[in-house]
Amino acid sequence: MVNFSARLSNTRKKFSFFGNSPTSKSIAESTWSEIEETLIGADVGVNASLEIVGDLKKETDRLGVSSISELTELLKKQLKVRLGGLDVSLSDDGDPAVWLFVGPNGVGKTTSIGKIASKKIAEGHSVVLAAGDTFRAAASEQLAMWADRAGAHIVTGADGADPSSIIFDATEYAKARQVSLVLADTAGRLHTKKNLMEELSKIQRVAGKGPGTVKEILLVMDSTTGQNGLVQAAQFAEVVDITGIVLTKLDGSARGGIIFAIQTELGIPVKLVGLGEGLEDLALFDAGTFVDALFETKA
Amino acid sequence: MFDILSDRLTGIFGRLRNKGRLSESDVDEVLGEVRIALLEADVNLNVVKEFQIAVKQRCLDSEIHKILNPAQHVIKCVNDELIEVLGGESVQFSYATKPPTVVLMAGLQGVGKTTSAAKLARWFKSQGRNPLLVGADLQRPAAVQQLMTLAESIDVPVFSKPGNPVETAKEGLQEAVRLGRDVVICDTAGRLSIDEEMMDEIQRISDAILPHYTFFVIDSMAGQDAVNVAEAFHARLELDAMILTKLDGDARGGAAISAKSVVGKPIAFASTGEKLEDFEQFHPDRLANRILGMGDVLTLIEKAEEAFDKEEAEKTAMKFMEGQFTLEDFLEQMQQLKKMGPLQNLVEMMPNLPQGVDSSDVDDGQLDRLEAIIQSMTPDERQNPMIIDGSRRGRIAKGSGANAHEVSQLLKQFKEIKKMMKGSKKPKKKNRNKKKQAGKRKKGRPSPRISDIGDLAEVSKEIENFLPSQQLKEFDLSEFGSLSDSDE
Ligand SMILES: Nc1nc2c(ncn2[C@@H]2O[C@H](COP(=O)(O)OP(=O)(O)OP(=O)(O)O)[C@@H](O)[C@H]2O)c(=O)[nH]1
Ligand SMILES: Nc1nc2c(ncn2[C@@H]2O[C@H](COP(=O)(O)OP(=O)(O)OP(=O)(O)O)[C@@H](O)[C@H]2O)c(=O)[nH]1
Ligand SMILES: [Mg+2]
Ligand SMILES: [Mg+2]
Repeated sequence: MVNFSARLSNTRKKFSFFGNSPTSKSIAESTWSEIEETLIGADVGVNASLEIVGDLKKETDRLGVSSISELTELLKKQLKVRLGGLDVSLSDDGDPAVWLFVGPNGVGKTTSIGKIASKKIAEGHSVVLAAGDTFRAAASEQLAMWADRAGAHIVTGADGADPSSIIFDATEYAKARQVSLVLADTAGRLHTKKNLMEELSKIQRVAGKGPGTVKEILLVMDSTTGQNGLVQAAQFAEVVDITGIVLTKLDGSARGGIIFAIQTELGIPVKLVGLGEGLEDLALFDAGTFVDALFETKA
Repeated sequence: MFDILSDRLTGIFGRLRNKGRLSESDVDEVLGEVRIALLEADVNLNVVKEFQIAVKQRCLDSEIHKILNPAQHVIKCVNDELIEVLGGESVQFSYATKPPTVVLMAGLQGVGKTTSAAKLARWFKSQGRNPLLVGADLQRPAAVQQLMTLAESIDVPVFSKPGNPVETAKEGLQEAVRLGRDVVICDTAGRLSIDEEMMDEIQRISDAILPHYTFFVIDSMAGQDAVNVAEAFHARLELDAMILTKLDGDARGGAAISAKSVVGKPIAFASTGEKLEDFEQFHPDRLANRILGMGDVLTLIEKAEEAFDKEEAEKTAMKFMEGQFTLEDFLEQMQQLKKMGPLQNLVEMMPNLPQGVDSSDVDDGQLDRLEAIIQSMTPDERQNPMIIDGSRRGRIAKGSGANAHEVSQLLKQFKEIKKMMKGSKKPKKKNRNKKKQAGKRKKGRPSPRISDIGDLAEVSKEIENFLPSQQLKEFDLSEFGSLSDSDE
């Protein structure tokens, strides 16, 4: 696993706050709209940005802040507070513990499972991957390659087989071989597909019916996603008990600002971040690093 | 999916509806809401700014279509501008004189390149071509396997070889020549636009196979950064066209506008699902509707424009101007209204009914009743309602199945209109608005445009006041709404 902050500073160059007017030292009327635009540009969304700027103004008045640098620090502090306060721990006790990975198409579910397996194995767990995506072309082949890289077991079924039963089988497989953790892949699905969303709640139900206990249901989200991310998260949380988010592709130039709205409105914490395509490119989420990166340019 | 913009605009619509002209600040007010809607649809902030300027110019330059109220006019301008930005030239495939025609796929990770490559292959096949798919993504686990599985389902051969993607792509091209395939589609690994090494690689692939078409694949869920990504890929590869994916979701897809604004090349295909047949030609108007979230209102505007018969309207307008508007003319107006289909449908098309009103409140019965009342009058009475006394009123009521009160109500309101119209000015000659209308017309119909005739909107407004209830006050007659059950 890599260090979140070290990894990000590799890809992002620091720049003085508010690229548009780095010269202004004191707070001007335009400062507020610059902050607002910086936030909107990071996919924070119009409403959340206005709210954040509103709070910031109040605090600025209250504390008598007058310089841009103090203002910057205050804003960062407030943003960190917004992202804090939720339980970000990952629970892996159980006999075995089951983690389900759900989310839209192409966001990085399968890849994240590979990385997490590697991390957990390094921590001393034994891990089995459940190939619950029986729909997408070569999905189980892809997962099998990750199992191989990470040194995990894998349980697969035929193409088109019922994903619930494959995941169920994986829990029995784990129990029989004293494997402590089951990481279950699922097919990517858009929240607008009613049947596919219903299939997910069945998966959750069935996954807990065998010897295993479902401990985490992680929604995998792509940091390039814009405002639709909030609806996505809300809809997935509607059908399964999401315990946290894996925010992927943060090594790219998108900033993933939609998580502010998700965290505020839905109370779902980001627990892990994806920082590349390699086995190691995973980190625990850290609000401080994330917020600092919102205001840095990327090479 | 929620139509944020319609919600926001309801209030402004209400305020602007009685204005004949739009001031600059009116336009700004509507555009302020449009700005938010576009940002929420993921159009990039800077792109929105440019867009606003263009729309404002369009609004102020064009004359208000008579059947539209000013707020609707702005929406129409926004929509027309969106369509113009998204549309423009469409992709005309010309095949290489010396086959094969070479296609390169490019884009970020997970956007749908491999799936789209197979969809394109299927499409070329349907055009009578013989494509070869080349798997040059040697990076993502099982990427080639994925391509092979998809290709098998459409019976298209795949070439790939482990090692170096540039070599693989080059050899794929040779393979196509050897096999006599006339189209080559080269799938590549997803890559970040800020990953110099990987961007170099795809540039080398491009240099090696010299694609005739480079397709940039973009995810409709993408946010603000899409503009930077598109710009970076375009700078390296000179993109020729785009494919917008995952449109089966409910993301508005504003990223397409951002990408279009920097790349300037057409969005050729829309991908609407995981299955290979979920692939269609891109329609700018559909995406414009989706981004704006005002599709229902626009449909309504279009219907209105179509249904009003130009000559009828012109005649009526003239009479109205001259204060000679009769109950006969009023009857005709109502019949025009009915041509547009059941009122209930029209009301259902309105995105925002006022609180507590739903389409079941509106029934065609009310229009029918007014119609029946007028139809129960003699031609003399229709021309000159002054002659209707108590006994005539009784007869009309009886003949139409209404009560005497309803008859007087109608007459009273009609008189008000007439009174108002006395002293109304003669219609002035208007400059004809030559600007091309973006709205489409049904084939075979004459073009029932009335944008260039007298003040029909005025007529519409008066008729609206004439109708029994004010419940659906947010919409004037050009929105066909002000009817309901309640009595005054
Ligand atoms: N740069 C970068 N790429 C990533 C990251 N996570 C995943 N990817 C890439 O994103 C693409 C999609 O990843 P997958 O793991 O296949 O995504 P998925 O959600 O399983 O996709 P479906 O099963 O098709 O819905 C692959 O090319 C991955 O290598 C990340 O953190 N950073
Ligand atoms: N719902 C939906 N899913 C799509 C669409 N296009 C592609 N997908 C899915 O999105 C996921 C990613 O698609 P791929 O074709 O593997 O994407 P890619 O760009 O080749 O990904 P990498 O090679 O990993 O960069 C898969 O689950 C596809 O089935 C679409 O239009 N709608
Ligand atoms: Mg997957
Ligand atoms: Mg691919």
